[in-house]
Amino acid sequence: MTDQSPLGSGPPGRQKAGHRNAGHRDGSILKLSRRGFLGASAGALVLGVALPGRGPAQAQEAEEPAIEPGTRVSAFLEIRPDGSVLFRTPFIEGGQGVFTALPQVVGEELDVDPAHFTVECAPPGPDYLLFDGIRFTGGSMSVRRSYDRMRTLGASARHMLLQAAATRLDVPFAELSTEPGRVVHAASGRSLAYGDVAEAAASLPLPDPADLTLRARADFRWIGASVSRLDIPDKATGKAQFAIDLSLDDMLHGAVQHAPRLRMEPGAIANEAQVRDMPGVHSIHRLPGAVGVLADSWWRAHRAAETLQIDWTEAEPGADHAMPADFSSEERTATLSAAPGEGIAFEANGDVRAALDSAATVVEATYTAPYLAHAQLEPPSALVRWNDDGTLEMWVPNQAPEMFQGAAAKAAGIAPEKVIIHSPMLGGFFGRHFIYDTANPFPQAIPMAKAAGRPVKLIWSREQEFLRDAVRPLGVARFRAGLDENGLPVALDAVAVGEGPMGRWFGRKPDTADSSAVEGLSGKPYAIPNRRVAHLPIDDPAIIGFWRSVGHSMNDFFSETFLDEMADAGGQDPYALRLRLLEDNARLTTLLKAVAELSGGWKRGPFTADDGRRRARGVAMASPFGSEVATIAEVSIADGRVRVHDVWVAIDPGRIVNPAIIEAQVTGAVAIGLSATLLEEVVYKDGVPQARNYDGYPILPPDQMPTVHVRIVESGAPMGGIGEPGVPGVPPSVANAVAALTGRRVRSLPLSRTRFEGAA
Amino acid sequence: MELTINGSRHPVEVEPDTPLLWVLRDTLGMTGTKYGCGLSQCGACTVLADGHPIRSCVTPVESVAGAEIMTIEAVTDDPVGQKVVAAWVDHQVPQCGYCQSGQVLSATALLKQNAHPTDADIATAMVNLCRCGTYTAITAAVRQAAETA
Repeated sequence: MTDQSPLGSGPPGRQKAGHRNAGHRDGSILKLSRRGFLGASAGALVLGVALPGRGPAQAQEAEEPAIEPGTRVSAFLEIRPDGSVLFRTPFIEGGQGVFTALPQVVGEELDVDPAHFTVECAPPGPDYLLFDGIRFTGGSMSVRRSYDRMRTLGASARHMLLQAAATRLDVPFAELSTEPGRVVHAASGRSLAYGDVAEAAASLPLPDPADLTLRARADFRWIGASVSRLDIPDKATGKAQFAIDLSLDDMLHGAVQHAPRLRMEPGAIANEAQVRDMPGVHSIHRLPGAVGVLADSWWRAHRAAETLQIDWTEAEPGADHAMPADFSSEERTATLSAAPGEGIAFEANGDVRAALDSAATVVEATYTAPYLAHAQLEPPSALVRWNDDGTLEMWVPNQAPEMFQGAAAKAAGIAPEKVIIHSPMLGGFFGRHFIYDTANPFPQAIPMAKAAGRPVKLIWSREQEFLRDAVRPLGVARFRAGLDENGLPVALDAVAVGEGPMGRWFGRKPDTADSSAVEGLSGKPYAIPNRRVAHLPIDDPAIIGFWRSVGHSMNDFFSETFLDEMADAGGQDPYALRLRLLEDNARLTTLLKAVAELSGGWKRGPFTADDGRRRARGVAMASPFGSEVATIAEVSIADGRVRVHDVWVAIDPGRIVNPAIIEAQVTGAVAIGLSATLLEEVVYKDGVPQARNYDGYPILPPDQMPTVHVRIVESGAPMGGIGEPGVPGVPPSVANAVAALTGRRVRSLPLSRTRFEGAA
Repeated sequence: MELTINGSRHPVEVEPDTPLLWVLRDTLGMTGTKYGCGLSQCGACTVLADGHPIRSCVTPVESVAGAEIMTIEAVTDDPVGQKVVAAWVDHQVPQCGYCQSGQVLSATALLKQNAHPTDADIATAMVNLCRCGTYTAITAAVRQAAETA
């Protein structure tokens, strides 16, 4: 299975042009030597914080030849005299392990132990636009879509080191080999450390890719191994720095109070003078949809911002996505559920209408899923400094440096090349840190820093974050299925009603379905001869965004739970039915059997567990982000609530880089998937999200974490994603288990809305 | 007002009701302690006061003026803390890592008070939230640290 759109589910960029400013002045290849890194170090000393350097993009000129992203060794690698490697990765680390996986890939070909890598996220620049001219960390794409180029990059650097060593030792290139970190001349017993020839290698041209030999899979030492994560020691000792932890000399701290509803604007402030006199307060700033306070500490700024008594005026007529005063998520659910229309077809096979008309049995159902918050633990922030040379420097949590550069330039009214972006590690992201306009703090920090003439670190309090997060859309799916006289599916019509984040942020052509609205209804592998998947677009009044596994986060719940309804209506066992519908698909048959075996053999139940309680199991499959996943969950009911005991996941990402990271990602994906299944919903009332903190928006606590069992099936298919694919199978496997146990088919999430009194 | 943090004394001049969290982070520049919710919900801000885990985001600084405060910056100066950190690394616990300062200190506090906790003791003590879902690895790491303590 492949992605539902050519771009998968991460967002494509909006700015394909505008980055011709990069390119090394003399066109040479390994130019960095150590200048860039030492420069960054010097800057760091001045700033008192460890900050990434300005990198190549800011040091370059316009009339350079086009750069092939991912090829220029100098933009990515710097080998220091001690043999350690500084690696500028195109992607940001936010827990998913990319700061370790890519060093494994590069190190394999470079012949350097990944443990000797230091990794930082690369600044904006054309070298890093690896996804058809754009870059972002998302869509579970980082490793799979850079794997080949990163291997070649490592091999190129190794080749250059060999060339430099051949000159130094005055021996033929062909007589040299490498062992980790060294060039070896076996014939003479001499060797050179990489650090000793790195500077000479830096002046050599890039090798012709045809001259490179990549390592054979059988000889891999690090690719495929559970290499320890490079970021763990610092994260276990509090040394890891996130955007929120950085500071600059002479910096002011900022806090905001947002308008209760989007596009309301600040009017009179009844107690402005009093707040200005509060301790430490520097200034008060009227911003679009908010009032900001700068002070000498964040607590003082926050307290002042919360104290402001602001007269909020209604949105200007025609304001973009002005939140109506009568909006509620409950009404939105009802509106979508009742919306007339068959939608715009995204997938169509056979003749669904005729097959439904002639079916022995027709099954119909409507499913709903709520808005979700990202609820990442690190609140959004922006550290902003206007430099004396007219540049604007920003340290911001972000999944897309060039997009933030462009958006910041717009907000600041300057050219993009005047914006310097630093990308610190993310304290969780799950889709939170794309450009969402009103959901990003930097457009507020930029004018406040300008007005104050000092650097500003703006942090959104948890409450202000819940008020402006870009939420996972609320969604509805309507199904009709036809079964033949043997109870087997012959027709399936699925309509997703609502709006997807891809269409919202990157445009949806009229009369075209949004892939992010239907993925998980579409792309299903089952042999059902007549199928139609459609999108009925109805714009969402809320600010919507990408949330871990995007459309799959709800659509696989809808489709896989409805598949169980079809099985029940046809008198079929849901596991046996899936096997039957996949009998021509060897890869998925293997995977489904693997998860069953992992769980000790398929048994639906209900059955009595060792603790004497009744339990049951549910199964689900999903094909998200280039990977294949089969999930089984075991549940019981306690005090009217669903309790999930075990979740078994078999995942086939085709090929793998780090099995330990995969297991950790799948386990974490089960946690967030279960959190959404059991607990999470953003409820809007009167145009305002009701929960402002974790007390009103509970996320999975430790005592509800199930035991997660993971099996990796490496089929050899093209490499798929890892960060998101574990999520989609969780809600349907749990809901299917609950139905098996209680006889109740719950068609809306979260399950905490339903009390299972007297069940089981 | 004077605070004793990681064995050192720090004079601070702030409003007495300022949360300890912000004194640590903004006044003293000790940013290993994290802000997550400000409402004692998530535990990312956990530090130890006289060995007990407290949520520094809701702890007025004046209330701990006489206490021995320990933050993540000093965790490896503590023999129990060292074992906890070693277990955290062995079990590769962190993902994004943002909540882990609080998790590590919660585990350190538990093992200082109870060298051989039962699974129920661990569940009672380890209640901080983790959005990445590292809970299973946390429990395994606490068990290991207890065995080596």
